[in-house]
Amino acid sequence: MLKGLGSQRLVALFAGGWVLFNFPLLGLWDRDATVWGIPLFPAALFLLWGGLIAVLAWLMEWPEDRLADRSEERPDDRAGGVPPPPAPPQE
Amino acid sequence: MLSPALVIASSFAYLLLLFAVAYWADRRAQAGRSVIANPWTYALSLAVYCTAWTYFGSVGRAASGGVWFLPIYLGPTLVMVLGWIVLRKMIRIAKAYRITSIADFIASRYGKSPLLAGLVTLIAVVGIVPYIALQLKAVSAGYALLTVPGGVAEAAHWSRDSAFYVALVLAGFAMVFGARHLDTTERHEGMVAAIAFESVVKLVAFLMVGFFVVYGLFDGLGDLFARAQAVPQLQQLLRLEQGGQFAWAQWFGLMLLSMFSVVFLPRQFQVMVVENVREDHLRRAVWVFPLYMLLINLFVLPIALGGLLYFGPGQGNAENFVLSLPLAAGQHALALFAFVGGLSAATGMVIVETVAVSTMVSNELVLPLLLRWRHLRSSGGQDFTRLLLGIRRAAILGVLVLGYVYFHLAGEAYALVSIGLISFAAVAQFAPVVLGGMYWKGGTRLGALAGLLAGFLMWAYTLMLPSIAKSGWLDMGFIAHGPWGLAWLRPEQLLGLQGFDGLTHSLFWSMLANVVAYVGVSLWRAPSGREASQALLFVDVFERTAGSSPVFWRGRANTQDLLRLCERFLGAAKAQALFDGYAQRMGVRHALALRPDARLVQFVETQLAGAVGSASARALVASVAEEETLSPEDVLRILDEASQIRAYSRALEGKSRSLEQATAELRAANEQLQSLDRLKDDFMSSVTHELRTPLTSIRALAELMQDDAGMPQAQRQQFVGIIVAETERLTRLVNQVLDMAKIESGHAEWHVAPVDMRALVQRAVATTAEVFRERAAQVQVQLPDEAPVLQADPDRILQVLLNLLSNAAKFVPSPGGRVQVRLVPDAQGVTVCVQDNGPGVQPGHEAMIFDRFHQTDLGVQVAHGTGLGLPISRHIAEHFGGRLWLEPSAQPGACFCFWLPRQAPSSGDKNP
Repeated sequence: MLKGLGSQRLVALFAGGWVLFNFPLLGLWDRDATVWGIPLFPAALFLLWGGLIAVLAWLMEWPEDRLADRSEERPDDRAGGVPPPPAPPQE
Repeated sequence: MLSPALVIASSFAYLLLLFAVAYWADRRAQAGRSVIANPWTYALSLAVYCTAWTYFGSVGRAASGGVWFLPIYLGPTLVMVLGWIVLRKMIRIAKAYRITSIADFIASRYGKSPLLAGLVTLIAVVGIVPYIALQLKAVSAGYALLTVPGGVAEAAHWSRDSAFYVALVLAGFAMVFGARHLDTTERHEGMVAAIAFESVVKLVAFLMVGFFVVYGLFDGLGDLFARAQAVPQLQQLLRLEQGGQFAWAQWFGLMLLSMFSVVFLPRQFQVMVVENVREDHLRRAVWVFPLYMLLINLFVLPIALGGLLYFGPGQGNAENFVLSLPLAAGQHALALFAFVGGLSAATGMVIVETVAVSTMVSNELVLPLLLRWRHLRSSGGQDFTRLLLGIRRAAILGVLVLGYVYFHLAGEAYALVSIGLISFAAVAQFAPVVLGGMYWKGGTRLGALAGLLAGFLMWAYTLMLPSIAKSGWLDMGFIAHGPWGLAWLRPEQLLGLQGFDGLTHSLFWSMLANVVAYVGVSLWRAPSGREASQALLFVDVFERTAGSSPVFWRGRANTQDLLRLCERFLGAAKAQALFDGYAQRMGVRHALALRPDARLVQFVETQLAGAVGSASARALVASVAEEETLSPEDVLRILDEASQIRAYSRALEGKSRSLEQATAELRAANEQLQSLDRLKDDFMSSVTHELRTPLTSIRALAELMQDDAGMPQAQRQQFVGIIVAETERLTRLVNQVLDMAKIESGHAEWHVAPVDMRALVQRAVATTAEVFRERAAQVQVQLPDEAPVLQADPDRILQVLLNLLSNAAKFVPSPGGRVQVRLVPDAQGVTVCVQDNGPGVQPGHEAMIFDRFHQTDLGVQVAHGTGLGLPISRHIAEHFGGRLWLEPSAQPGACFCFWLPRQAPSSGDKNP
């Protein structure tokens, strides 16, 4: 279940999200303040939520193993077989 | 106010549009160009989670509780974080074993038990009835608001009640979408496409209303919030602790509840697992679906606050703000579009939910009962497909009618969100048995039955009964004082447990009872053979589906009987096609020539499971085959065999891989040998050519002298002179060939002595001075004041220098040639460069010129060369631990350099 770095990262993100959205961390945002005219508490909730989604998207769309696959697929420049050229002008 | 005709016509037009989308998608699927086979459609279809609850209910919730509408979406977001781990496993299991519904999943895991499947179906039907009622209530309330003055629907007789007609119309559409034909995989391309479409519609409609409220009715978000902050009642809504202590337990409970619901609601399971086209689509859907939820919730709070500010606190039903705000502002078109969006949200939910539930009802509830009649089971050749479809259509209608009844019994007293949560709590009961079944091999059929039953009864007692009682259908004293006046049995304070709201209280007790019963009873007895085998297939699904999976079946069957069974439940043509395909894969010419072994039986059972569910399929196959009961020991033995086979095949794979590798190495070696052989031949021909040229002239001159005895002495002397020069050239050539061979074979003699490089360079230049003078070339020597003394063979180093200088002499232009010799010492050794202003080396040939075998043409071009000078020089330089290279200089001409270390490595003394 937890083979690979990707899965462990997801579990960690899940745990992080669970902690962020529950007692007591959520209470930290409950202040009488505003950001850009929006009360802090709802703004923080939506920003945290959006951040979580962004991290998740980053983890899913650019996973480690997929990057590794790509580097393996890169064509080897040296492999291009050049036919032996005619003799050089100088010994 | 809008005319009823307009609203009804728009609604029908929209539903027809949905149907057109579905029809188009079905056609595309038949043509092999599926529109739902991409991650975006998949993600949008998951958004069927957002129903009329989200569309209307969330605003109502926000208007009374602020951020309390949010946990229902935060939970699913967290589930999606784990989606790639948990949901992918679920999808893999469902695809591997043709699971068609959540009931099928649970029953299949616990030994394909029909009883369990029936119980799950019953819980699902009872559980989602309130949820269906919610949709009916929302749509009919919306309709009333748009068309009835005052916006409140009068309690009408059912024949004049809009909710009743809404239910009927939706039932009709659900039948058209989900129960038109029978599919062995229970997949509905058209329906999924329509759902994805309606997800877009409801999102756009809601966002439009949001924009209108924020920027049309108010002066942006800042203005809206500033005005809300000024009202003490509204200011509370923007805070966590709204006057009292924040109910953390309820917040936690709602998140947990929604986490379970987003997976285990029958419609979510349908779109997420059953309708999934490719596992890989999950990768994108897990973040697009949460993003969708975030977007659709962005304006919930602003609309709620806007409504409260616009109408004044306590005025108007907050659940209808989405419609009433545009309507009050005179934006009739927007109000109509908002209604269509809400209709969209409700329709999508009802269609998928009823299709999923009808599949469960027909496969897991009705069919097993029908199969109890012997004549239906074994005899007769009638086609069951029509019967199955009929059952499904009836089930769809039945569920909607139940929803309507509940709406009238209890729905009117409750807020939308509260009704939905009752359903959430019911399907949450599936969580322990499903998750336990996926990760724990010890769960048994009895354990699952006990857990589900305990959880469901607890849910009914602590949540469902109070909801009915509060609607006035039961005595409220039952809630307040407990049945028979027993206070400890009060449904909302069971055993006197206090401090929770009704939902959290019910969730706590039902989950506790569920888990305790499931684990406790499972641990009471070891799993039977069938349970153990299914547990293995589920828990280790990633290993099982990778290679050859074990077949847990033993007995005798008849191919003809199996085919006939398939024909009855899948249709004759389809069954024949399936058998022919299977025979082709097995390499058998005719379907009836197939050996009725365990694999064929498993194949038939899996195909039937797609149409009638795994439990019914099990019963059907058992009715035509003579089976032996498997003991847990048999399961272990079969598993052992399978893993042995897998080990063998893995070993074989490994062997063939290493064989392939060895073959490749051999082939490479062979190619190298061949090329070396070819090069040797080239070299031989080059050497013999070189030898023949002087030999020819020697022979010709000697013959002339032999034939002409009276040749003048002067001419004879000239000829002899030429003969001597040619023989010298021959000797030089032969010496160089021998030298090369000696160096290469390691038999060369090296006389290591201190070498003064300054003196050596000067000596070499002096030796070749005559040659340069003949070609009228200038030689320029740059020597440092002091040069290090090397340990090397002075004759050999001189040979290298002479070779480079004579090369330069050959290639400089005859008048105006310039050659520069540089000696540059460094800390480790000394570099000597010979630069000429000749034609230089052709680009691309830099590496070739050091190859002795590529000198073939050079011999022709340069009469005096042997083609061996550079290779020999390089060998010498390398022998003393240095190197020789062609300087990639930008100037015209060639610049050859070699570098020698002060102290040759020990290998230099190898051959003294």
